Amino acid sequence: MQAQERPLSPYWIYRWEITMWLSSLHRISGLLLSLGAIVLAVWLIALASGREAFDGVHAVVGAPWFKVLLVGWTLCFFYHLANGIRHLAWDAGYGFDPKRIRASGYTVVVVTLVATAAFSSAAIF
Amino acid sequence: MSLMTPLNRVLGLGTGAGAAEHWWVQRLTAVALIPLGVWFAYELMTLGGFDYATVVAWVREPVTSIMLILLVVAVGYHSSLGVQVVIEDYVPGKGGKAAALMASTLAHAGLTIAAVVAVLRIAFGS
Repeated sequence: MQAQERPLSPYWIYRWEITMWLSSLHRISGLLLSLGAIVLAVWLIALASGREAFDGVHAVVGAPWFKVLLVGWTLCFFYHLANGIRHLAWDAGYGFDPKRIRASGYTVVVVTLVATAAFSSAAIF
Repeated sequence: MSLMTPLNRVLGLGTGAGAAEHWWVQRLTAVALIPLGVWFAYELMTLGGFDYATVVAWVREPVTSIMLILLVVAVGYHSSLGVQVVIEDYVPGKGGKAAALMASTLAHAGLTIAAVVAVLRIAFGS
């Protein structure tokens, strides 16, 4: 029997859309936040261990190079939070038509950037 | 065609074992993390400093201790479920997958409990 030339799923020719970027970023930001949660745990454990341990951790967390990471985690945090609410709305059956799905996507991007700027200026720098 | 007996399917012992519960708890912890996350961000923004005395005094406040413990538990659970899915999707091989899942679950449980104990020690410490 001769193999037939069947059309394949054209997944590699899709033009990347904002929805696809945001979908991947949700998982990536979540994974990075899991690493950030380790820092939170270490920070609390050091705090419980006393002034010396806390100052040791603070010397690293407060260093300029670490502040870059903190801004990155802040970005991940607000993105995952805002986009997570979007996902929960979909789970409840709302906002699934293409127009609203894009509009909510752009809203998430704006909210993330504004919240990250506000948090960074108040708590990191 | 499935080779599983109808009974095993009903008991959830197939590939989807526990899938519904996983899905549900991931949403449950996500919903909990909306107020907890916003609270945490707001508190850090208004703390006014991150020196030892300021942070200890903050964690000692009863509302802070309670909210931090809720936050840490919800984060630990939510993160554990999320990382589990990533491992299941990307780590190849049965053995590697099992090892990675075990390491992730133990690390999550260990760090979550450690963080809760830390908050309690600060709250009740001298």
